[in-house]
Amino acid sequence: MVNNLYLEQFERSLAIAKKNIRIYYSKGPVVVFGLLVPFFLFLSFYIGRNMPAEIMMPGLLGMTAFFTATSVGPAIVPWETRAKTLERLVSSPVSIWAIFFGDVLASFLFGTLISVFPIIAGVFIGVKIANPVVLGFGVVLATFCFACFSILLSAYPPTDTPANVMMLSSLVKFPLVFVSGIFIPIGELPSWGMTVSSFSPLTYFTDLSRYSINGNSYYPVWLDFLVLVAFAIVFLVTAIKIHERTLQKRL
Amino acid sequence: MEVSDLTKHFGELAAVDHISFEVKKGEFFGFLGPNAAGKTTTIRMLTGVIKPDGGTASIFGHDILKEGLRTRQLMGIVPEMANAYVDLSAWNNLTLVGELYGVPKKQRHERAISLLEKFGLYERREHLVRGYSKGMKQKLLLCMALINDPKILFLDEPTSGLDVESQRLIRDMIREFNKNGTTVFLTTHNMEEANQLCDRIAIINHGKIAAIDSPERLRLQSSGLQSIEVSFDKTMNVEEMQKICGVKKAKKIGDKIRLSVDKPGVVIDELVAFARSKKLGIVSLNTLAPSLEDVFLKLIKES
Repeated sequence: MVNNLYLEQFERSLAIAKKNIRIYYSKGPVVVFGLLVPFFLFLSFYIGRNMPAEIMMPGLLGMTAFFTATSVGPAIVPWETRAKTLERLVSSPVSIWAIFFGDVLASFLFGTLISVFPIIAGVFIGVKIANPVVLGFGVVLATFCFACFSILLSAYPPTDTPANVMMLSSLVKFPLVFVSGIFIPIGELPSWGMTVSSFSPLTYFTDLSRYSINGNSYYPVWLDFLVLVAFAIVFLVTAIKIHERTLQKRL
Repeated sequence: MEVSDLTKHFGELAAVDHISFEVKKGEFFGFLGPNAAGKTTTIRMLTGVIKPDGGTASIFGHDILKEGLRTRQLMGIVPEMANAYVDLSAWNNLTLVGELYGVPKKQRHERAISLLEKFGLYERREHLVRGYSKGMKQKLLLCMALINDPKILFLDEPTSGLDVESQRLIRDMIREFNKNGTTVFLTTHNMEEANQLCDRIAIINHGKIAAIDSPERLRLQSSGLQSIEVSFDKTMNVEEMQKICGVKKAKKIGDKIRLSVDKPGVVIDELVAFARSKKLGIVSLNTLAPSLEDVFLKLIKES
């Protein structure tokens, strides 16, 4: 009975995810903050530097997965608040967690699909992937974790202005990119940098990517996976709790 | 539906103040009130959008707070403030709502086609809702509310701001679904709409219920609003008429005199006796029931 209820609610999350894919993937803020900004950020850092593709690839992959998987989630709730469609979802027989899990699924799929492109491009230019299975699992787990993070980014303040949430989330996301071993491997960071980087989920995915592509990692692979799972659970639970508290202010 | 002591405050303001009422299965129940009376707040509490501060409500025996998912599963809702997804087509909006209510795919599609055809939207089902007129959007919202074949339909001002043709179509459709057994809870400030559609109405003002009854009984029982119009074959003095037992007020209207009374039957007897004693011939005598609007305004004033 309880399992049936969860399964039923999960199916409704899938319906919400499908709706999100249809509506939000092509929205301006998602395209700008999820695709264009990370692309130009990456170009500005790497152009003019003579770096081998194998070294570039983990950073590019980390940044792509992080920015894409966190670009859809923050836009949905404020957008739906403003369009007055959130009330329809809340008044339907769908749990609050199922509504937000639908948002997570849409963000996760966006992040996973777009992350495939740098991998294909890397393989195309001759990058050899040492551990494709680890990379595959890593991409899936990391984009799910980042998608949960994206829902947390939209939880507070309970605004109905998507641009405000996107700006605020950029203020959180950009510093994380710089301390997560994207541009400089974790082992080469100063000790304070290493400490700060250990609080970022992106650090563990970048580390996993390095291991998958070059066979080198700073942390043990099992620890990277474990920490990503822990971050995903903490982000998801915290985001749903905060959304539950702030939801009434949006309606 | 049983509602008991339902209360909602917004800061200091009691938007809904300890209201209690019942709606019977299959009934068409109207919830009337002026703007900011507490109609929408009540409907939003009953449909699980906002949480009440106090009181209880149950729908088909299920508590709206303890069994929120189960009660919402039985409902169809046309909210006043919520919209359809303008970036989706009418078809995608309908199938989305069908999925949210767990309607099986085959049934979902059959019902979507049938509803779109009934409301005249089938030809434009693949168009984005962004391009729809207000009337079309409202019809679509009603289709979305009906896709799960609800046992109870909550309608918050469903015909507000629509043209006469759309209003009539929507009213006819709601009436048809009610005839087939769907309980309807309608909020409106349109007296005529309530009069035409509802079995019973509740009048709410400042968050409190001022009266609950059938429209006809409310009209007839409303004291001080009954009146008699009489004309005699000779001109009569208004002051003299006011002295007749049971007459609260007399007013000359053309060649007639309108008397405000509490008990028309008693006053008619007095009038006949008055005419005999003065040797007057009665040319016409009519009792006038108040309109629902009169009753509404009186109750609102009193509350």
